[in-house]
Amino acid sequence: MNTEITGVVFTYGLTLLLAIPLGKYIAKVFKGEKTWSDFMSPMERLFYKIAGINPNEEMNWKQHLKALLTINAVWLIYAFFVLLFQDKLPLNPDGNAAQTPDLAFNTAISFLVNCNLQHYSGETGATYFTQLFVITFLQFVSAATGIAALIVLFKALKDKTTTKLGNFWVIFTKTNTRLLLPLCIVMAIILAFNGTPASYAAKDNIVTLQGDSVGVSRGPAAGMIAIKHIGTNGGGWFGVNSAHPLENPNYVTYITEMVAQVIIPIAMIFALGFFIQRKRFAYVIFGVMTVGMLILLIPTMQAEIAGSPAIAKLGVVQPTGAMEGKEVRFGPAATGYWNIVTTIISTGSINSMHDSAMPQSGLMMLLGMMVNCFYGGCGVGILNYFIFIIIAVFISGLMVGRTPEFMGHKVEAREVKIAAIIALLHPFLILVGTALSSYVLSHNLGADWAVKPGNWLNNPGYHGFSEMLYEYTSSAANNGSGFEGLGDNNIFWNVSTGFVLLLGRFLPIIGPVAIAGLLANKKYIPESAGTLRTDTVTFGLMTFAVIAILTALSFFPSLALGPIAEYFSMY
Amino acid sequence: MKKYLLPSIKLTIVLIVLFAVAYPLFIAAVAKFAPGKGDGVTVKKDGKVVGYALVGQNFTEDKYFWSRPSAANYNAASSAGSNKGPSNEDYLKTVQDRIDTFLVHNPGMKISDIPAELVTASGSGLDPDISPRAAEVQIPRIAKARNISEEKIKQLVKENTKGPLLGLFGPSTINVLQLNVALDGLK
Repeated sequence: MNTEITGVVFTYGLTLLLAIPLGKYIAKVFKGEKTWSDFMSPMERLFYKIAGINPNEEMNWKQHLKALLTINAVWLIYAFFVLLFQDKLPLNPDGNAAQTPDLAFNTAISFLVNCNLQHYSGETGATYFTQLFVITFLQFVSAATGIAALIVLFKALKDKTTTKLGNFWVIFTKTNTRLLLPLCIVMAIILAFNGTPASYAAKDNIVTLQGDSVGVSRGPAAGMIAIKHIGTNGGGWFGVNSAHPLENPNYVTYITEMVAQVIIPIAMIFALGFFIQRKRFAYVIFGVMTVGMLILLIPTMQAEIAGSPAIAKLGVVQPTGAMEGKEVRFGPAATGYWNIVTTIISTGSINSMHDSAMPQSGLMMLLGMMVNCFYGGCGVGILNYFIFIIIAVFISGLMVGRTPEFMGHKVEAREVKIAAIIALLHPFLILVGTALSSYVLSHNLGADWAVKPGNWLNNPGYHGFSEMLYEYTSSAANNGSGFEGLGDNNIFWNVSTGFVLLLGRFLPIIGPVAIAGLLANKKYIPESAGTLRTDTVTFGLMTFAVIAILTALSFFPSLALGPIAEYFSMY
Repeated sequence: MKKYLLPSIKLTIVLIVLFAVAYPLFIAAVAKFAPGKGDGVTVKKDGKVVGYALVGQNFTEDKYFWSRPSAANYNAASSAGSNKGPSNEDYLKTVQDRIDTFLVHNPGMKISDIPAELVTASGSGLDPDISPRAAEVQIPRIAKARNISEEKIKQLVKENTKGPLLGLFGPSTINVLQLNVALDGLK
């Protein structure tokens, strides 16, 4: 094995090694057992006191969702107005302008839903104030929102019959103080010591060795880069995200950022097993997700290492693989691994330009976001997977002719309806969005937008179609990466993706929490010989089949028009 | 909803203070002990700052090692990749032009000597590195332009090559700016 492959294997191995104890820790924190982080509890109690929260008040699933949606609404309004007036606020040493209303709308929603579409560039489109007070802040609390919703589901699965699912404010606050903040402090310090800027110094202007005058953007970036990965948000300080040499300076930071973005999603799977005391159930989920990841990862790494056939035709050699849009310090193997991880877990940070990846890689990245539950984002990954579990339980029940059951509760029409709606929502948002933009583009409405429809695409043909498909897939999956050639900072894209982001975030949180809450409310039926067991390899395969079939049926035609057609035109 | 609104607003304010004020200030304070004090590490030549160690620069003169092509023209106030798709014909023409330019400046080299990274744009437009192979093909040109033996430059490239992490993980890289500063120091 060469050092690039060993680098990837080591990074994944290290992730697992850290994720298992972290999963145990998470389960302990939310069970209320003693942990090392209990020194935080005076601070938490102070927060509850200031906010007028009674931490002992138990909530049912509806109250949880009300609290969750209310605080999210507050953040949306706050973020929108701060972005709109960022030029008039302090901490703007580079004198950057305000965001236009449609851009502020898109940016506020994007970070609210733990996504990072970023139709602006960090160097010029945001100020230090908004990077910290809007973006960094939302990167913490939006991740905590997703995790808190998942903990509600954990609690619902744990007890036989209950309506009391803990207190939302407490779960949410503890996620911030016990999980996200400590991990981020460690990571930000690692980044700062590897060269990532962390001070409030303004942009520098220098004369290069050869005599050119250039600027060098800086700022308190290390803290934001830590939470963007720990919280699987992905929003970069600089325009090119973690491809930027200050945002991701070397292989040590590569490993750190790579481990950081996937550690909570994986740890949450193990936490589930520890929390509800069904470890086998968690291992089966982990197994299915890992197989899914490998199916996407291997062809991607292979394609990127092999290099571009179009470049090979020109006669140059590609000892370091397909290098357009990539950085030398990472190389094609580590970049391929990043491409897949960032798309399956909805981080959306990038260490290369996805637009320039090989068509197979583009296909795999799109699939990662279309499935959106191989590990998945902070909290929401397992919520998405839960929907597929319910559908798999339902179909298995039909196959053996018994009323479907899950964890000792009957799964009835209401739950299956919710699951079906949520499962269909994702393809609906992606396909309708792409169809709409294709219509506007092909009829070239001559609209006088900041970027006219005729200038949207950075690449012709199949690849241009992929740019639009990718943008809506990324929005619906709350991912945030993009085929960034797309000219997306105009009212059409800012508004349409804004709505897709909102629907793609909150409905897939409400649905699974509602199902879990409804199930927990039902009478407990003890396991019998006829019970369909959900912690077996067979059921794992069943879930995988449900995911594969639903994804293929929903998305094959659109993928055939984009990356698949491009593949056959090149190879 | 009203029951939840006041706690929402108050909790939001508390967390803004924690995450947007205390947290970044704490990291900035710790970073004072890091190389570059959190402002970024600079490279100096004869006591004058000529760049940032991690940020690549444009080199067009024959006497310097060239960095990779950049979609941002190496302006680190506006990083950017080309975002060109692999099947884009215009893009392939651009690459062909870069190949031709390289061959003009490096007589005696064949197309098959050129590693793709020297004719493709990096992701950030600020890639500070090239691979050892990309440095190697430029040595004859630089030796001629500077009238120094190829052996001496080869040695310098070797000294400036950073191997994989712990010798095990990731690719080998050469920081072009630091290599060129060292090159200027050769007598």
